[in-house]
Amino acid sequence: MAIGLQLLVQFCQMALVLALAPLFAGYVRKVKAHLLRRQGPPLAQPYRELLRLLRKDVVLADSASWVFRVAPYLIFATTWVAVSLVPTFATGLIFSYAADVIAIVALLGSARFMLALAGLDVGTSFGGIGSSREMLIASLAEPAMLMVVFTLSLLAGSTQLSSIAASMQASDVGLRFSIALALIGLVMVALAENARIPIDNPATHLELTMVHEAMILEYSGRHLALIEAAAFLKLLLYVSVIACVFFPWGIAVSGQGPAAYFAGIGVYLLKLAAGGFLLAVFETAIAKMRVFRVPDFLGAALMLGFLATLLLFVTLAG
Amino acid sequence: MALAGLLWCVGALLAISVAAIPAARSRWGTPAVYGAALCASTIGLGLALVSLLGGGALLGALTLPVGLPWLGAHFRLDALAAFFLVVVNLGAAGASLYGLGYGSHEEAPGRVLPFFPAFLAGMNLVVLADDAFTFLFTWEFMSLSSWALVMAHHRRPGNAAAGYLYLIMASFGTLALLLAFGLLAGPAGGYAFAAIRAAPPAPGVAAVVLVLALIGAGSKAGLVPLHVWLPLAHPAAPSHVSALMSGVMTKVAVYGAVRIVFDLLGVPTWWAGALVALLGGVTAVMGVLHALMEHDLKRLLAYHTVENIGIIFIGLGLALAFGANGMRAAAALALTAALFHVFNHSVFKSLLFFGSGAVLTATGERDMERLGGLIHRMPLTAFVFLVGSAAISALPPFNGFVSEWLTFQAILVSPALPQWLLKFLVPAIGALLALSAALAAACFVKAFGVTFLGRPRSDAARQAVETDRWSLATMLILAALCLLAGILPGYFIDALAPVVRALAGAQLPRQGELDWLTIVPVAQSRSSYNGLLLFLIIAFAAGLGAEAIHRWASGVLRRSAPWDCGFPDASPATQYTAGSFSQPIRRVFGSVVFRAREEVRMPPPGDLRPAQMHVRMRDVLWDAFYAPLAGLVAYVADRLNKVQFLSIRAYLTLVFGALVALLTVLAVWQ
Repeated sequence: MAIGLQLLVQFCQMALVLALAPLFAGYVRKVKAHLLRRQGPPLAQPYRELLRLLRKDVVLADSASWVFRVAPYLIFATTWVAVSLVPTFATGLIFSYAADVIAIVALLGSARFMLALAGLDVGTSFGGIGSSREMLIASLAEPAMLMVVFTLSLLAGSTQLSSIAASMQASDVGLRFSIALALIGLVMVALAENARIPIDNPATHLELTMVHEAMILEYSGRHLALIEAAAFLKLLLYVSVIACVFFPWGIAVSGQGPAAYFAGIGVYLLKLAAGGFLLAVFETAIAKMRVFRVPDFLGAALMLGFLATLLLFVTLAG
Repeated sequence: MALAGLLWCVGALLAISVAAIPAARSRWGTPAVYGAALCASTIGLGLALVSLLGGGALLGALTLPVGLPWLGAHFRLDALAAFFLVVVNLGAAGASLYGLGYGSHEEAPGRVLPFFPAFLAGMNLVVLADDAFTFLFTWEFMSLSSWALVMAHHRRPGNAAAGYLYLIMASFGTLALLLAFGLLAGPAGGYAFAAIRAAPPAPGVAAVVLVLALIGAGSKAGLVPLHVWLPLAHPAAPSHVSALMSGVMTKVAVYGAVRIVFDLLGVPTWWAGALVALLGGVTAVMGVLHALMEHDLKRLLAYHTVENIGIIFIGLGLALAFGANGMRAAAALALTAALFHVFNHSVFKSLLFFGSGAVLTATGERDMERLGGLIHRMPLTAFVFLVGSAAISALPPFNGFVSEWLTFQAILVSPALPQWLLKFLVPAIGALLALSAALAAACFVKAFGVTFLGRPRSDAARQAVETDRWSLATMLILAALCLLAGILPGYFIDALAPVVRALAGAQLPRQGELDWLTIVPVAQSRSSYNGLLLFLIIAFAAGLGAEAIHRWASGVLRRSAPWDCGFPDASPATQYTAGSFSQPIRRVFGSVVFRAREEVRMPPPGDLRPAQMHVRMRDVLWDAFYAPLAGLVAYVADRLNKVQFLSIRAYLTLVFGALVALLTVLAVWQ
């Protein structure tokens, strides 16, 4: 019975993130539009886009193989599972012990692996350029992410996100320089991983500047809908990770009952609103950089993560 | 007793090797030799597995009256040997099964068949040896039989040079091991391992032995900077032998290092751990960067062997550092990670080399720039190669991820180490490991994407056909093992427990009985991973998505020409190639590591000649170490050439002078 209840809460989390992800993307677009003195599309626009794509036929390139057709399902499923392992409104959910934060990073790596392969599958130059650049970005962003993870795990003595959140909530961590470095590093990685400005532009279709969009250029219909949904989920994942690790206040603990859960969901929504607003402000204020400046940007993130870890290695005794 | 059975298997392999010389001429020679080798190595695998899991009841020692007359040949089967025998015989059985199909394409079976079983026997014997003489003798036997296999196609361009370099590096490595064992045995000459264990060397001697053992075993395993022969020699052999050399023989070298450093040297020192882990980290990153620049499929895989050996040595180095500081549980964690990666790498590397062999037989090409689109022609090979690529890129839910995850967990325990150098070094090694994992994923997107996806770049690739059933069966079994070890890692970690207990003095908590088969190396609140659950949830989520789409979305699918932003080009030459895929990474890393320089030759306007781009890369290590050394040897040989043409009086003077000099040395020594 207890397990049934825990599973129910876990599935609620899975449903919640799936339902919220397009809304969050729409919210960021709306805020960006307002900052530019435009009215912007309605909040529900991403849902409409997904539904429209689902209704459309798939036009598949002649040279596409089964990898191209299977990849969207796997990418969607892997990303969805990765988000549902992150504590959003409550920590210690039943699946959260299946994977720690290193495994979550690796799960996103699996999704990216499939996506990059799908980009190469049709055999066009745009798909190739997207895959190649995506893997370049990933080869720097992933180590940077892992260094940030190292910092947090050393502070909390754990790689479980639930334990990290609980430990950051406790007052004995205090303000540390490493935490600030890790936060900056993680934000930089999150921007790069989600193809946001200044790394990539989610709204562009100008060939030579795009990375993510180039990779998925050949996708259409339901396949494209799944990939878009996965991208929304991934954005939500990074914002949720930042929220639960650096701003863990108000998060419920598994087994506290429905009232605590609902309070947790309310706080979580507030955090998402704040995070999305900041993202929109940042993206409006900054210009996209050239592709070959990206390694400098991510190298800085890697160095920040490394410095944060090194500081902890030196200061933590025993 | 299991040891006697294993020695009988080795004897059988040697007998097959002799019988193969006449049999190679007959039509049935190839299947008979591989079939017999398959039987012998499967029995060996069974015996090794039973003795590893049997909890010590089947382990034992044996002395045969061969070898040095006053020493005899000592053999011993302990937990460590049993584990490595599992790795050796699993790879051997796989290669033999694969050889049943692949061997029929061999144009000169007489050059492969006699040496193949001998090579298998040699690797088994190294692991079983229990005295220095037997170890070195069988080590050389293994090296020479594999050298003969590398030279099987010695007329192909480059192979003779590869074999020559291999021979030099192998002799150099054995020389270092010879000196190491000489120092371990001491002036009394106690060459049996039991005698060495009873009298561990003094700290100064132990330091020299450690460095010599790292040179000796590291040159065989491919530690940077001793790796240069490996990417040349491993791909030169027939593909099932490449798989054995990369997947298994490097593990025998790791065994040599573990046996000397963990078992014979006694209590480790912390700087030994720092040295080994640093070498491992540098090896991992250098290996994967070289692999990214490589367009020859088999050579790319060989460079990845270098990378994975680096990951294994990171684990071994951490285990030494923890062991030196008395942190036994942490040492057990690091050692488990290293040994689990030994097993995992042997599985997926064999699988990938088998896949490249299938591509080679189907197309005759190793150059990825001339492949492409093979997934349409060889769907099963493509599928298993994809599984192997995901496993080696450390992606969940496959096995490569679990051992790298354990290595990361070991790194996260290390702030407790007291030495300052280690405190600075270990996070840097963690960053190197993370970097190599990410770059490996990029490299295998390239390897799989350019070889199997896209459109064919040559007629050979356009007309490829799926490989034979034996090869497919082998690859499917190995792919299943990759998944199995990834989703049920607890059982594999438990099987390693006796080995780890013997070497590190502690072991990980038993994993097989935990709820839901989660693996928990230290404590649940600290870290846990459950590959099975993850696999099931992903399958469930994908199924749910597929079902929802099947039910509510449009199911229509139309085929048409690629969109490509409105400008599709029919020529396959417009696709991304391996070179263009890795160009951004070359610009970021290669300008320093390889001194890569790009030169674009643009014809003047109006000139119709095509523009050209040339890329020059230099192997910095080769320039720094090997080229000057080769130059020095050539110079000395040139000068010594004069000694060949002296008169008899001059020779007599030389002999006399040498005698006097030796006697003087002896007189001073006494």
